[in-house]
Amino acid sequence: MVTAFGFVLLTLLLVTAVAIVVTPNLFVAVMLTSIFSLLMAATFFLLDAADVALTEAAIGAGMSTILFLGALALIGEHEARRRRRPWLPLAVIGLTAFTLIYATFDKPRLGDPAAPVHQHVAPWYLEQTPELMGMSNVVTAVLAGFRAYDTLGEVLVILTAGFGVLLILAERRAGGRPDRPPAVGLRHHLIPRVVGQLLIPFIVLFGLYLQFHGEFGPGGGFQAGAIIAVGIVLHALLEGEAAGRAILPTRVLTGLMAGGAFLFAAVGIAGMLLGGEFLDYSGFSADPVAGQQLGVHLVEAGVGITVTGTLVAAFHAFADRERPA
Amino acid sequence: MKVLGLYNYWVFTVLLMIGLYAIIARGNLVKKLLGLSIFQSAVFLLYISMAKVEGGTAPIIQHAGEPQLFSNPLPHVLILTAIVVGISTIALGLAIVVRIREEFGTIEEDEIQARDRDR
Repeated sequence: MVTAFGFVLLTLLLVTAVAIVVTPNLFVAVMLTSIFSLLMAATFFLLDAADVALTEAAIGAGMSTILFLGALALIGEHEARRRRRPWLPLAVIGLTAFTLIYATFDKPRLGDPAAPVHQHVAPWYLEQTPELMGMSNVVTAVLAGFRAYDTLGEVLVILTAGFGVLLILAERRAGGRPDRPPAVGLRHHLIPRVVGQLLIPFIVLFGLYLQFHGEFGPGGGFQAGAIIAVGIVLHALLEGEAAGRAILPTRVLTGLMAGGAFLFAAVGIAGMLLGGEFLDYSGFSADPVAGQQLGVHLVEAGVGITVTGTLVAAFHAFADRERPA
Repeated sequence: MKVLGLYNYWVFTVLLMIGLYAIIARGNLVKKLLGLSIFQSAVFLLYISMAKVEGGTAPIIQHAGEPQLFSNPLPHVLILTAIVVGISTIALGLAIVVRIREEFGTIEEDEIQARDRDR
């Protein structure tokens, strides 16, 4: 039954992807992308990746759609029709698809426990996590503990991309121009306003739960940051851009972006000062396992702060931009 | 069943090609970015499919010591971070597209090139 459901989801993914590419209306394409991400999140969940499914649902179906819509408001939603047939690209992708599908016949079938991917370090992580880290969620232990160095790099990439967005869209802000009516959001629409205001506290609370409970259940800084950012953005959508900016000005957001990454790196250096290696937390406490847990908490907090700051700042960069004539 | 067990990889291949087609054949810059996000979702699907173990469960250890079968946590970690990096880079791409629209008045590739040549 579950397998059949998985097949249906995967087939729906294909149909949605084709529709995204074919439709000439970019608004329709963006909404279809949101559906595509939700289907993808359900597929990840069926494949046992609970943490990844959470992230995909919050980022793909939530934040990504909002950012695309924010950009579409500035650039228009119609794609020009081209009459010439794209024979060369079709030939290229046909040939590549044939080669890749031919190669799949050498791959182990789905769920094969003897597949090479399960023979390397993964069994060690599963075996050692309870003893070395004292945590239930192996994904969090690997993300913020065993492979924290990778994660620090990823956080710096997110930070760099976020500052890139802010720098590219820096001038020509619409806010504060007296000749332009202020954006009022959805304040005059009763149903979105009532439902939205009811939901915001629960969204933020759920985000905080994921942040602090990520060691024991699905969750962690990336998921929590994305979900809290969605709550803050929903507030800005309901109350208008100016009200959204008032609670978190750009100055604060850039501080959060840099501060989270700084906290992550500072925890790593603190580990060195306490006699361990970079990002080794066992020196934080007399009991090495308690030290690891404290270190993972701090690092996850840094990740959550940077992700929230970056996503909210990117939203404001698009939402507050002056519409072209 | 051997063939059905490869269905995830075929869906991955076709999604990857749909994304690639949008990137190389569509002239609209937003369409290219949507294609890029389909392309990266396809890669996520490949990794998560490889992590699945038959009869396993999500890698959250509830009763330490008891023998339990878990799916592979490592691809989950890699893709979890990749999703968030993906949205950040897409946002950067969208910011560049917005600037291009403001400079050239269009986001169609051939029109941008024509206007750039006229300058």
